[in-house]
Amino acid sequence: MFIMNALKGDRGGQILLGVLLVLVIAVPLLNLMVPAGHALHVPTYTVTLMGKYLTLALLAVAVDLVWGYLGILTLGHAAFFALGGYAMGMYLMRQIGDRGVYGNPDLPDFMVFLNWDALPWFWSGFDQFWFAALMVLLVPGLLAFVFGALAFRSRVSGVYLSIITQALTYALMLAFFRNEMGFGGNNGLTDFKELLGFDLQSDQTRIGLFVASAVALMLGYLLCRVLMNGRLGRVCVAVRDAESRARFIGYRVENVKLGVFTVSAMLAGIAGALYVPQVGIINPGEFSPLNSIEVVVWVAVGGRATLYGAVVGALVINYAKTYFTAELPEVWLFALGGLFVLVTLLLPRGLTGLLRRKEASA
Amino acid sequence: MKVATVFEQMLDREHVYPFMQGGPHRNIDVSHNVLLYLEGISVSFDGFRAINDLNLYINDGELRCIIGPNGAGKTTMMDIITGKTTPDSGSAWFGQSINLLALDEPAIAQAGIGRKFQKPTVFEFLSVVENLELSMEGDRGLWSIISSKLTGEQRDHLDKVADMIGLAEQRALRAGSLSHGQKQWLEIGMLLMQRPRLLLVDEPVAGMTHQEMDRTAELLISLAGEHSVVVVEHDMDFVRNLAGRDRTVTVLHQGSVLAEGTMEQVQNNRKVVEVYLGE
Repeated sequence: MFIMNALKGDRGGQILLGVLLVLVIAVPLLNLMVPAGHALHVPTYTVTLMGKYLTLALLAVAVDLVWGYLGILTLGHAAFFALGGYAMGMYLMRQIGDRGVYGNPDLPDFMVFLNWDALPWFWSGFDQFWFAALMVLLVPGLLAFVFGALAFRSRVSGVYLSIITQALTYALMLAFFRNEMGFGGNNGLTDFKELLGFDLQSDQTRIGLFVASAVALMLGYLLCRVLMNGRLGRVCVAVRDAESRARFIGYRVENVKLGVFTVSAMLAGIAGALYVPQVGIINPGEFSPLNSIEVVVWVAVGGRATLYGAVVGALVINYAKTYFTAELPEVWLFALGGLFVLVTLLLPRGLTGLLRRKEASA
Repeated sequence: MKVATVFEQMLDREHVYPFMQGGPHRNIDVSHNVLLYLEGISVSFDGFRAINDLNLYINDGELRCIIGPNGAGKTTMMDIITGKTTPDSGSAWFGQSINLLALDEPAIAQAGIGRKFQKPTVFEFLSVVENLELSMEGDRGLWSIISSKLTGEQRDHLDKVADMIGLAEQRALRAGSLSHGQKQWLEIGMLLMQRPRLLLVDEPVAGMTHQEMDRTAELLISLAGEHSVVVVEHDMDFVRNLAGRDRTVTVLHQGSVLAEGTMEQVQNNRKVVEVYLGE
């Protein structure tokens, strides 16, 4: 009932959630029940790939929330994604226990390698899943809150804000590259064994992660939709289109921006936490400024300020990326750049804008 | 406040504390019948004195027209009142008790000052009704934005304002598709939704037809009384129409008040004629 209400008038969202629901039911069945080699069999590799795409789609939804509705062009959202990923990665590292190469029950391999004799204080607690899960939300949320409070209060906006978000993620990347930081340096965290006692290599766990990603995307989508359907959504659009007008009718623009930005960073953190066990590694490369820019391209290609457009854009481009980087690796970056230029010029409302136009004229 | 005065007030049966008075913005103390005090205000930008020792008083419920040549400091004055610009010196009080220089834009708006920009600024992507609803007076905290629902009384007020600005039939239209004049009205309507005590209106008839101008004048005159209205305008016919015979007109020149009086007095003032017509 609640879901129906939230999606009233949101055709794209209805279709999207319907498709996700079908996937959640069908993919596990087609993977586990249909024998390998059968035409309908979905290999585990594909399941994990789809799960990975869904987490990236959730990241895109988070970016659309701040860029599409609030007009903040964030070029640093991958930082929140990576921080969520690191929080999960730290838990997974602790789960390895004494099965690492060095067999040290107290320290992860890279710490043994660096001749450390004790766990740094900020690693404590990460052997508990609930604590790691909390950190997945809190660390990106807190960073976004502090960063946003400073930036929005001093009324940094537009290009300047984009540049400092970019600087934020770049600074974090450089910091995480350092071995002394205690996050595995250049190599990051990897060689995970199990999650909550389930073997990460097994088909069942991988399907579980896929289902969790799909459910997280659905819930994240619903949360954003409910927020944007309400008065907050209209205030956001008001701030996006005429910030000073909003201020002169009495809205504290910086608080609105700060609240939405923080929620969005937490969503990105959840996406990162689900991404890491599926790809099996998290390293400072995830903080790369390029990653954040790519997310913005997904949203632009899918269609801004629609939420489902972000999902479509993320899925289409990431599928294309997987295909091109395997078949024609040298073409990929040109294809991505070309796609962005074409969409900006010809489809200002993105791919989903095509469908909406058809709907409007019919 | 002195202890003795507080004590006296407590013993005085007739004394009504400002916070006991009804209506929105009840903390405004207009016991001296003056709503806005600007005293000795100066501000300069890069050495240019935009406002130079400006003194201006607006009475409660009055309609005041402010005229002046380009660069006289009219818009800067509005920026100071609404908190966008901080003056170098001087004081600005709203009623007896609210120091405007200590507040920022949202706080001033919530204290009861509404401002209409020179260029009509509405939320183009939202419908007329949504524009009005967003401007509705009320708590602007993040949580109440998320959870608030319209009450019946608020709905009535919204309908009344939509009628007043002549956009009742365009309620569901996107504000971006309105004509220039309609946008000007919508913006005035948005101010009214805030139930302000003081309306600052910057060039409301720029780009309007004569008919629209007449209707705007009617609207602004009807608002005076319940609200105080300050209109900054270039168009002399419009100002003459608004000021009528006995309303006060203030002439600004080089950042300070050059003359003040009825339209007739002002027009016959030698200094004003000089400024407008040259030596």
